Amino acid sequence: MSHFKDFTIRFGMVIDLDKCTGCGACMMSCQAENNVAPQEDATNKLRSMTWLNIYRLSNGKAFPEHETVFLPRPCMQCGNPTCVTVCPVVATEKNEEGGIVSQVTPRCIGCRYCMASCPYHARYFNWFDPYWPGDLKEALSPDVSTRPRGVVEKCTFCHHRYMQAKDKAIANGEDPFDLPEEAYQTACTEACPNGAITFGDLNNEAHKVHELKQSPYAFRLLERLGTEPQVYYYSKREWVRRLGDNYLENEETGKPLNTLFKKAH
Amino acid sequence: MDYSKPIDSALFPRGCERCSFSVFSLLMLIPTALLLFGLYAAYTVLANGLGVTGLDDKFGFGLWITIDLAVIALGAGAFFTGLLRYILNIDELKHIVSFTAVIGFLCYTGAMFILVLDIGQPLRSWFGYWYPNVHSMLTEVIFCITCYCTVLIIEYIPLILEQRLFEKNRFIQHLAHNFHVYMPLFAGIGAFLSTFHQGSLGGMYGVLFGRPYLFRDGFFIWPWTFFLYLLSAVSAGPMFSVLMVSLVEKLAGKQLVSWNVKQLMGKIGGTMLIVYTIGKFLDSYAWVNDVLPRTGLTFDQMFTGMVYSSFWFYAEHIALVIGIACMAIPSLRRNSVFFYTGALVTCFSITLNRFVMTVQALGIPVMPFEEWRWYWANWAEWGAFALILGYAIITVAVTYRYCPLFPQEAELNKK
Repeated sequence: MSHFKDFTIRFGMVIDLDKCTGCGACMMSCQAENNVAPQEDATNKLRSMTWLNIYRLSNGKAFPEHETVFLPRPCMQCGNPTCVTVCPVVATEKNEEGGIVSQVTPRCIGCRYCMASCPYHARYFNWFDPYWPGDLKEALSPDVSTRPRGVVEKCTFCHHRYMQAKDKAIANGEDPFDLPEEAYQTACTEACPNGAITFGDLNNEAHKVHELKQSPYAFRLLERLGTEPQVYYYSKREWVRRLGDNYLENEETGKPLNTLFKKAH
Repeated sequence: MDYSKPIDSALFPRGCERCSFSVFSLLMLIPTALLLFGLYAAYTVLANGLGVTGLDDKFGFGLWITIDLAVIALGAGAFFTGLLRYILNIDELKHIVSFTAVIGFLCYTGAMFILVLDIGQPLRSWFGYWYPNVHSMLTEVIFCITCYCTVLIIEYIPLILEQRLFEKNRFIQHLAHNFHVYMPLFAGIGAFLSTFHQGSLGGMYGVLFGRPYLFRDGFFIWPWTFFLYLLSAVSAGPMFSVLMVSLVEKLAGKQLVSWNVKQLMGKIGGTMLIVYTIGKFLDSYAWVNDVLPRTGLTFDQMFTGMVYSSFWFYAEHIALVIGIACMAIPSLRRNSVFFYTGALVTCFSITLNRFVMTVQALGIPVMPFEEWRWYWANWAEWGAFALILGYAIITVAVTYRYCPLFPQEAELNKK
């Protein structure tokens, strides 16, 4: 029932929560890069399109012990995605070198089963027709298709940038499957003023993420469910790491006594 | 011309009386109003998008999916009665099998219409056939429900062919006869298809390992919700059919199906209910003590407030026990008050199950820093429900008025 799909190249992120200030630059750059339409009223956060959303975490203590942390949440590009197997029309797949979960919006029928399956709420539905008022159409990126009303969409780790990087490598006579770290970076990574987001190939020792993910302070969201996210978080604060997963009272942070799939990868 | 009879009396089933056409038309104004309201709601949704509903990114599934799952379970009386009548040859059920087919037809066509509204791109519905994902339970559901809907249409056709209008047409008479001859084949296909899609509807939820409220492990088949949904459907289906017969009887003011046949349906439904209830209690025990702890969550964390209260969890289970007591204990089953109470609470429990599995499951915060979210269906969603309700009432009324829906009617109402 649990199928971890491995790849030679597995792109992922390590997000340093101790560096994130919650400024929202990553969200804005993501929206601009991926042609996400502006909304007249984005106050309802359950209706606003934010492929990368920021959550506010609190340690629940009163001043002066009170602490707040901001947690940027892109699509986790799970190694064992809940969404891929449930899609009735193969509109979302994980079968390309790089390990990015694709979203084929021209094929999506908008049943929202994938949204129901995702515990990270990384998937968003186009409730109305997208609309770019006035000259905003001129700012649309030609590299990313706009999506119609009635389909589900999500973060793709700026997949078009990956394709461009591979094309460039081929044109330069280089190996497209051995890209240097700087050749392919997501928009949110570049936009973060504090360098809180590190992006690269988790399997490539030359990429920083490879080392960062092995830190004792690194953790993943809801790891015990067996989704195998490719997005890691980093915090030296134990209470932050504990909020990364559900723990029973008798369980130590990062050491659950049991996991959903007993034979987890 | 007999002016004492309704103007359309020549079309009534032989030996059956109906109210005047004027009264019938007046009564039909209520479901017609529901239908028109529903059509307006459907137009609004199709023209403007699903943004006009109360759904959001947290509650991608809501009232419509709850209704779909509930009516598909309650409409299971069609395939199960057909199986018992035509394959296992329980002859007494011939008095109710046509009506169960009509109820099934309405439940399934209603569910399919709502699904057309519910998916964001209805014009891409055919993609389910063209790009099927063999790993998805929903693909199986799409295939089986659409195929079974065709079977239900085939089961409905003989009723129309037996209309008195066609009495003198030899071809139609032979066609109707042949439909009956081959009906066991369609009943068998229907039972096969229904078994799989009823099970797969349960499977759809059981496979969601990102949702601790829904995920279930394997028991012969993964996930075991496959069996629970199938068993709950064959328990509630016959009882819902009996309830609907009784409702039509109340509205028509006459007996249409004998008490013995209803008792038999109750007995069959009650027997299946025992099996389902055992499974459901085992499932709940395993979920609380095994599945949930593995996700790091506890039973208490699954409930909050009134809408998502644990009261509903207990109510669902207690209703099953009451249903069993009313249906499986002969002395209680023979008492009409207990009989109908048993049928009602069983249907209530199954509908409640579909609600909590659909809405509550999505409201529960899975990430520890999330909050509970609430969902309220708005007028557009209730409007779509009104549409299928109006459509169902009109169809049953017209079928009852003009087609031989209840073979026992003439005999039970002899003056």
